[in-house]
Amino acid sequence: MEYVVIAFLCLGILLYFLLGGADFGAGIIELFTSTKNRSRTRKTMYQAIGPVWEANHMWLIIAIVILFVGFPHIYTTMSVYLHIPLLIMLIGIIARGTAFVFRHYDAVKDDMQWLYNRIFRYSSFITALFLGIIAGSLISGHIDSEANDFVSAYIFSWLNWFSIAVGFFTVSLCGFLAAIYLIGETTDEHDKRRFIRKAEFMNIAAVIFGAMVFIAAELDNIPLIDWVFKNAVGLTAIILASLSLILLWYLLIKGKTKVLRILAGFQVTMILLAISYAHFPNFIQLKNGNAISLFETVGPEKTIYSLGLALLLGSILILPFLGYLFYKFQKKEE
Amino acid sequence: MDDFLAARSQMALSLGFHIIFSCIGMVMPFFMAVSHYKWLKTNDEVYKNLTKAWSKGVAIFFATGAVSGTMLSFELGLLWPKFMEHAGPIFGMPFSLEGTAFFIEAIALGFFLYGWNKLNKWFHWFTGMVVGVSGLASGILVVAANAWMNSPAGFDFVDGKYLNIDPIQAMFNKAWFSQALHMCLAAFTATGFAVAGVHALMILRNQNKEFHLKAFKIAAVFACIGALLQPLSGDISAKDVAERQPAKLAAMEALYKTEKPAPLLIGGIVNEKDKTVKGAIKIPGALSFLAHGDFKAEVKGLDKIPEDEHPPVAITHYAFQIMVGIGTLLAIISSIYFINLLRKKPLLEKRWLLKLFVLAVPLGYIALEAGWVVTEVGRQPWIIYGIMRTKDAVTPMPGIAYSFYIFSAIYLSLSCIVTFLLYRQIKMVPVLYNNSETETSNH
Repeated sequence: MEYVVIAFLCLGILLYFLLGGADFGAGIIELFTSTKNRSRTRKTMYQAIGPVWEANHMWLIIAIVILFVGFPHIYTTMSVYLHIPLLIMLIGIIARGTAFVFRHYDAVKDDMQWLYNRIFRYSSFITALFLGIIAGSLISGHIDSEANDFVSAYIFSWLNWFSIAVGFFTVSLCGFLAAIYLIGETTDEHDKRRFIRKAEFMNIAAVIFGAMVFIAAELDNIPLIDWVFKNAVGLTAIILASLSLILLWYLLIKGKTKVLRILAGFQVTMILLAISYAHFPNFIQLKNGNAISLFETVGPEKTIYSLGLALLLGSILILPFLGYLFYKFQKKEE
Repeated sequence: MDDFLAARSQMALSLGFHIIFSCIGMVMPFFMAVSHYKWLKTNDEVYKNLTKAWSKGVAIFFATGAVSGTMLSFELGLLWPKFMEHAGPIFGMPFSLEGTAFFIEAIALGFFLYGWNKLNKWFHWFTGMVVGVSGLASGILVVAANAWMNSPAGFDFVDGKYLNIDPIQAMFNKAWFSQALHMCLAAFTATGFAVAGVHALMILRNQNKEFHLKAFKIAAVFACIGALLQPLSGDISAKDVAERQPAKLAAMEALYKTEKPAPLLIGGIVNEKDKTVKGAIKIPGALSFLAHGDFKAEVKGLDKIPEDEHPPVAITHYAFQIMVGIGTLLAIISSIYFINLLRKKPLLEKRWLLKLFVLAVPLGYIALEAGWVVTEVGRQPWIIYGIMRTKDAVTPMPGIAYSFYIFSAIYLSLSCIVTFLLYRQIKMVPVLYNNSETETSNH
């Protein structure tokens, strides 16, 4: 049953990166859209993600509940040493979540919209940035459970070149996912071209920041290259991601949008796989060279059994309903 | 502010904020569904408008409740890592089920809000009901986790170790039923009175009377049934607490000395240093009856409990008085409302009754928060009753006071914005819904 639970944990994290990430990306795209096009972007965005908006963020809850029920030691280590970035991410989640709903449901459309928009854009950016920083910090090996002073225990655990590079890489990936998603949601040719340009821009940004992640890893003495290239799965994943990149650009230039989404999702999945495979089942790398592994910190048997059962039961109820939601509110292809 | 106090304050603030939004998000869908049902059955446009207006409220509250709930799922670890390390695997079952319920609620809400004219009308109505039912289910499940902290079950505590963990047994702990029942009724009562009161105010101001009267009637029925059932549920809770947590009951009633029979104290000023209560009204034997169903029974006082296991008496006692006082008042208003209904007196002539409802807008929530204070503060100094002390669970990270200040500012501004949004929604009712209303009255 622990495999079922771990599979759901991975699925939860992956889907949050893809779907929640696309939501963050929508705010990021808005941030990088010229003022005159913003209201059009907003409208498309609202039609696209409005119905699935709340559901996309449930994956985070699922992942966090699995962690604290099934792997409490991992959950509490994160909570203690990554307290500050988690807090900033949460403030971001609160701010953007409420601003998004408020700007739509405010009965009077006036200057308050300016405030909601501002909050939504900047907090989307910050949330994605810190989500990446947290992810980077888990594997960066800067979490020091033996530290005695405040700065090395609670600040340098996440404030390092590698984590920050991963943060910006995440921001550009989110923007990329959102742009690709929005291309398929608009019927207007002009808007479509605009989103295609955004996708290209974000994709280039992702490639640049991706390279910077490797450079930062060298600076911080993190053997990232070994992790990614010295095992078959990581290597294959990276090759597949690169190949799909070429295909993706070809499709973008040709303006074929149908396969794009699947391809973009696939690409991000491959990147996550490449970075995390070498560590599995380790979840957190500590400074003293030890790691906290999923298998070694797994909760008691009965807990895992009932958690797994609850997840399986839950997915029987959720997935068809969720699939129908996505299906029903998809823009009808001509 | 020291870190422990800051952590407790931040947790109290977050829960106190979340509880209001989640209660509204859990109850209002039912009002919406009733109104929606009436629209489908009667084709009266007013009900359609009312459903739409309420659904906007639901969307605002659901979103706020969802983000503050996400916040809480992290905050448990951010503030109380040592508690979560041990408690997570034991009391996690209701959380994992709650995750499912909450997910379904979010999906159903997506269908409902965006489904107008796109879905089969009865399927659309059904999704609205699903929002309510799954919201209620997640509320009941979350209470199971809190009940476990009051009444730990599903493990053996041997030499500081948590052995033989059984999450199912932990979920079905002794306090769950009484706490969940009390919480659900409180949610319906408080939200019902708040919604009914706001619409009553608009009726008194002679704005869109037909619209607001229909809204008032739906909300008032829920509120009044809840308020009349609540004393019964309170009685179940009192007997349960007397049996499981005598220290909490003693603090609620500021009962410093064990007495047989024990009097019920109403009001009074507690002096924690001298361990005395001044100026309270005493009803002889009443506490014995409420706690054990027998006017002559002995009720354990704080003198039978070690000093370092005493909860803060004054806060618990005052909060309990506020809760019971308001609960009684709301039950009286409810009785008057139902008597009025039975006599078939037109409501619009009873302006004083409507004014009472307006007065009750904040009361339900004040009682609800007070009740929450009773159960949480009354459990202190324990985070897991009798097993782990709250001060042993707090995070080692210093400087929690700053995060408390930040969150106070965030929650304060969110409350202001939400209030402002609702004010605007209500103010815009004539503009948004008037046309169709005049249309129907012309029919």
